[in-house]
This record gives sequence, structure tokens and C-alpha cells, in this order.
Amino acid sequence: MPEAEPPTHVFPVLPHESSPASPSLDEVFEHSRTPDSVPGGTGGRGRPIIELADVRKVYSAGSLSVEALRGVTLSIDEGEFVAIIGPSGSGKSTLMHILGCLDTPSSGSFHLSGEDVSHMSETELAHIRNQRIGFVFQGFHLLSTMSAWRNVELPLAYAAVPRAERRERAIAALRRVGLGERVEHRPGELSGGQQQRVAVARALVTDPDVVLADEPTGNLDTTSTEEILGLFSDLHRAGRTVVLITHEPEVAAVASRIIRVRDGQVTEAPPRELSRA
Amino acid sequence: MSWLETFRTGAQAIMSHRLRSGLTMLGILIGIAAVILTVGLGEGASAQVSNEIQSLGTNLLTVTPGSTTTGGVRGGLGSATSLTAADATALANKKDCPDVAAVAPVSSRSTVLVAGSTNWTTTVSGSTPGWLSVHSRSLLEGNFFTQDDIVKANPVMVLGATTAQELFGARDPVGQSVSIGTETYTVEGVLNVVGSSSASGTSQDDLAVIPITTYQQHLAFGLNRTSVSSIVVEATSKNTLSAAYQEINDELLALQGAATPLAADFTITTQTQALTTATSVDHTLTILLAGIAAISLLVGGIGVMNIMLVSVTERIREIGLRKALGATPSVIRRQFMVEASVLGLAGGLIGVLLGIGGAIGLPHLISNPIVISPSAAVAAIVVSLAIGLGFGVYPASRAARMAPIDALRSE
Ligand SMILES: Nc1ncnc2c1ncn2[C@@H]1O[C@H](COP(=O)(O)OP(=O)(O)O)[C@@H](O)[C@H]1O
Ligand SMILES: [Mg+2]
Repeated sequence: MPEAEPPTHVFPVLPHESSPASPSLDEVFEHSRTPDSVPGGTGGRGRPIIELADVRKVYSAGSLSVEALRGVTLSIDEGEFVAIIGPSGSGKSTLMHILGCLDTPSSGSFHLSGEDVSHMSETELAHIRNQRIGFVFQGFHLLSTMSAWRNVELPLAYAAVPRAERRERAIAALRRVGLGERVEHRPGELSGGQQQRVAVARALVTDPDVVLADEPTGNLDTTSTEEILGLFSDLHRAGRTVVLITHEPEVAAVASRIIRVRDGQVTEAPPRELSRA
Repeated sequence: MSWLETFRTGAQAIMSHRLRSGLTMLGILIGIAAVILTVGLGEGASAQVSNEIQSLGTNLLTVTPGSTTTGGVRGGLGSATSLTAADATALANKKDCPDVAAVAPVSSRSTVLVAGSTNWTTTVSGSTPGWLSVHSRSLLEGNFFTQDDIVKANPVMVLGATTAQELFGARDPVGQSVSIGTETYTVEGVLNVVGSSSASGTSQDDLAVIPITTYQQHLAFGLNRTSVSSIVVEATSKNTLSAAYQEINDELLALQGAATPLAADFTITTQTQALTTATSVDHTLTILLAGIAAISLLVGGIGVMNIMLVSVTERIREIGLRKALGATPSVIRRQFMVEASVLGLAGGLIGVLLGIGGAIGLPHLISNPIVISPSAAVAAIVVSLAIGLGFGVYPASRAARMAPIDALRSE
């Protein structure tokens, strides 16, 4: 993985959102660039891990074409906890698919840890998803025929990790999300909140650079929602980059920075009070 | 992802849809079992025919009247009256035909034998003492008739074991009387049991043999009573068969005064030719049945493809998820290929087992023997694997090409 060059084409979208969550932490991870050159970085370690420049995505079905993203430019730093909020149909999921290397932009560039991934082959993208990204989906997306730990070890199997080590790491990840007693349970034998925790464990198990969550609490009750959001906060505190997509302001509030999306474009950030609430 | 891992995943997918997988396998299974049984039946029939001809002796030549090359003009094969008992005597001449071990002229007809109040219809042949040798037969009891019986045209008879049993039951047949029409014959001996039935379906244990001269006097049809229906010649060994062929051909041409082989009024057949004719009939049947089996395998293969396509469509979400978690297109392709080949292979293996079971069990119900052919079993397994692979390619590449987001989106 090549070392990140400071990209020249990044236009920070939230220049005023630069107050660090913890100044001491920021000092520790301070690097060569001045805070002004990385205005998007909040609560992170200052090095951009995600950089989008004028990204557009056009879906075309026959003669009809929908422009789901219309020139998105944003930067997310390592260690940040970012919420992307916007109404339904605003292009959040499309954005998350591009951030997660599940899809490529129609135009514009996307750098992940400094590496241009916008023109990679399907196979190269699969390796990136496997090693650097952890996904949590609204619908859990667990395989119903497999036990919890088998679901969690799946990404490790694609990374060709030896079997014994996989089980060990899968169980460790399940313990971290509080499901150490449920490793042999199948998804059908778990509550929605527990299933989503299994999904979080699966997202963690490969030790990815970024955890991407698309409406992770959309199918959950209040208690489970709090549990899951608590897990994301824990991850953030442990230094991991977390991108949380939601249409609910209360959910977005747990993040340290909020990016607002509307009609395929990044608009202004919400008032500081809301994002800090 | 390792092959073992991929295999495990495939097996798990198959096991989680037991009924559907079972039905899919059934198509392949029936085809493979049909192939095993068809080949087994064909080989069983061939083995039976060749065993029988082997038991007759492979160093036999049969001379029949009529020419095959000019049959249309001179009358059909066997209908000519050009062969006589005198020809047979000439062929037995050691000087002209040194490679001939034994000669037996044969004329036969089906007729009714009467012993006391018992009637039995069987084939009665007129021949010479050479009959015993050329047919590799031996006597259970009594004696075969002699050259003296030929000269005197004595009314004596030798019976097959079945015929003797039918006519006399538990009584000793030797010395008893048997009537054909108005003539009364004395039973001189009973032949040993051969067991198998001949390719033409007549039992070699149900027959009667009498001296050729007696046959000509009392049983031969028509005016030309000296003619015989065939002359069976035994060569001294397998290796001298072609030499013997040449010798009897020359001898008969000379006897008939024919200048060229084209003018010959006889046909010499070897047992190998007879074997070829007998088995070629089985081959036609085997090819026909094999064709049906192949069609059933094709249908089985289409079944595999159909189910794999259903499976790919049904598991769009799973495919999308696996891709999101890092499965490359080739890993997805491999997973579905493995699934399809496991379906094919499992169907093939069960089919082979079923075929072998049938090959063991069926002969108890039908009279045909079935040979279990190891090469057919191996070929069947290879073919079933190939079917799985072949018909799995398209569904697997469809799964591999699927875009991860389309796959994830479908809820
Ligand atoms: N595969 C697709 N084909 C066509 N249009 C799509 C496709 N995916 C999303 N869209 C459209 O793009 C827009 C943004 O969708 P999406 O990113 O799912 O929004 P959100 O997640 O914010 O609800 C919507 O108008 C949607 O209809
Ligand atoms: Mg969405």
C-alpha cells in the first residue's frame, strides 16, 4: 500500500468543522500538514483516508438515467467518526457504495488511503473491500444457514486466513460486541439487535481501515439502536474510522462530524450544537 | 479461499436444499444407472454368445450349400442341394485335408418323438460319429452310434439330457425304444448337459441325433435324399483354422468341378463370423439403449443448469454479501462450479451404485445376464462430473458477473 501523498485536488466541504474532539490526541497524531490544509479532519488523526473529488454517479436504465451523485467532494480523516445524513433518495447509499468500493464513480476521483481506486478492476476492488473495509447494512445481511461465528469468519476465509486462526478471531470479535455466549447460534435464533451486533463483529474481524454502516439502526428498536450506536462510539474511541449513514438526526448525533447530503450533493453541515448533542 | 473451503461451502449449500438437490441429482442418477445397466446388458449378452461359441470350439468351420456371391441366381443360402454326405467323407480324407481333425455332415428337422404314451417335439439331426467331436460333446451314459451304424443305416438314437428326461423321466433311457412316425429307434446313449441355450434360442440339451444314412432314408424331405443341410468341420487346432479353410475350399471346388471360386456352390463360415453376426444384433440394441441413456443424461444436465440458475437468482443477496466481504468474481464462479459438479458427481455416484445394485438384482427377475463393467462405471462417474461442470459454467459465470450493489439491493 503506497504512502498517502497529500492530494491537491481535495476541496474541503466543511471548513468550519475543524475543532478536534481531543486536542491532546490531535497533538499526538499531528503530522506535517497544517490543520488549515485538512479542514475536513475532525476528531481524526489528520491524515485523510477517504478523499472524493467531484464524484458523479449516473444510473442509466435504458433511455432513463438518474444522476444519483452530482459532484461530491469530501475528505474524511483517519480515526474520524462521521455521519452522513440526508433524506431518502438523496444518494446516501450510492455514496456509501462508492466509499465501500462496491461501485465505481461515473466520473471524478476517489482515493482510499491515497490510492486511486476509481478505475480498479472488480478483482482488485474485492481485495480492497476484504482487507480495508468493514460493512454493516440495514438488513444485517447474515447468512441464515450459518452460525454466528461462521458468519463472522467469512471475510477471513476470503483473506485465506488459516481455519483455526479464523475461529479464534471470529470468537474474539463476537466477544467484543458482547455475544461471546452466542457464537454457535444461527441468525434466526438471535434478536434483531443481536444480529446487527454479529454484523458489526463481522465488520471488525478483519481489522479494516474503515467501517461503513448504511442505516444500521433502520430495522432496530430504541434499545438495540442505542446498543449498536454505543458499539460504533467504542470503535471510534479505539481509533477506528467510522462512517455512519442515516436519515435520523438522533442517530447522526453520536458522530463527531456530520455531512449533509441532498439531491446528490453535499450541502452545509448542521449547527455545531446538534452534532455535539 | 481454498478449494477445500469452497467445496465445504458448496456442500453446505446443497445440504441446505436437500429436496431440491435430491431431485436434481435424480435426473443424473437415472441416466447413469441406465447407462450402467444398458452396457451391462449388452456386455452380458455378448459374453453369453461368445461363451457359447467358445464352448462349441473356435476351430470349427461350417460348410453350407449355396453361394453367397451368386445366391440370387442359384437360390437362397441353404436352399441348394449341392452338399452331400459324400462331400463330408471326402473332407475327412487326411491326405487332401491334413489340417482337418473331424467332419460331421448334419441334416436336421423338427419332429415328434414318441416313447410309450409320451410325446415330445424336438430337433432330430442326422450325422456321423464326428458329431460328438465337432460339438465338443460327451456322453452321460451309453454310447454314441458308430461307423457301422452309418453303413447299415441302423435305427439307433442318441438323446440330449432334457429330451431324455422329458421322454423317460426317472427311467434309464438306454436300451429303450423311441418312435418317429412308423419307425422305431433304440436309444444308444444320453449326452452330457451343456446348460446354456444357444443364440438362436434352441437348447443344446433338447435334441436327438441319429445316423445320417438312417435320417436320409426315413426323415429327409424331397427327392434329393443324399443332400445334407451343412457339414461341420473341426480343424486340428485354432492355428490351423485358415489352412483347413483353404483345404476344404479347394477340395469342394474340385469335387464340384468348379473352375473359379465364383462358380462355387457352397459357403464356408467360421465361428468368429457367427460370433460377429450374433453380437452385432446386440450392438444395435446396445447403441439404441445407450442413445436413450445419453438423452436422459442430457436432460439431467439441463436439470442441473436449471437448478443452478434458480439457485443463483435466489441467492443474489448471498452473492452480493460474499462479494462485499471480499469474494472475487473467480471465487464466486468457483463456488457455483463446485456446487454444480458436486450435484453431478453425487448423482453419478449414486447412479453407479444403483446400476450395480440393478445388475446384481435384475438377473433374478429377467433371464438376461448383466455384466458390471468397471470401465463403464468409471466413465459414468467422469461423465456425470463433466455434466455438472459443463452445465454449471453458465449459471456460475452469471453469478460471478453480478454487480455487488445490484445483489445487495434486492431485498
Ligand atoms: N441501481 C439504480 N438504478 C437506478 N437508479 C438508482 C439506482 N440506485 C439508486 N438509484 C437512484 O439514485 C437516487 C439515490 O439513491 P440512494 O443512493 O439509494 O439514496 P438513499 O440511500 O439516500 O435513499 C435515487 O433517486 C434512486 O432512485
Ligand atoms: Mg439508502
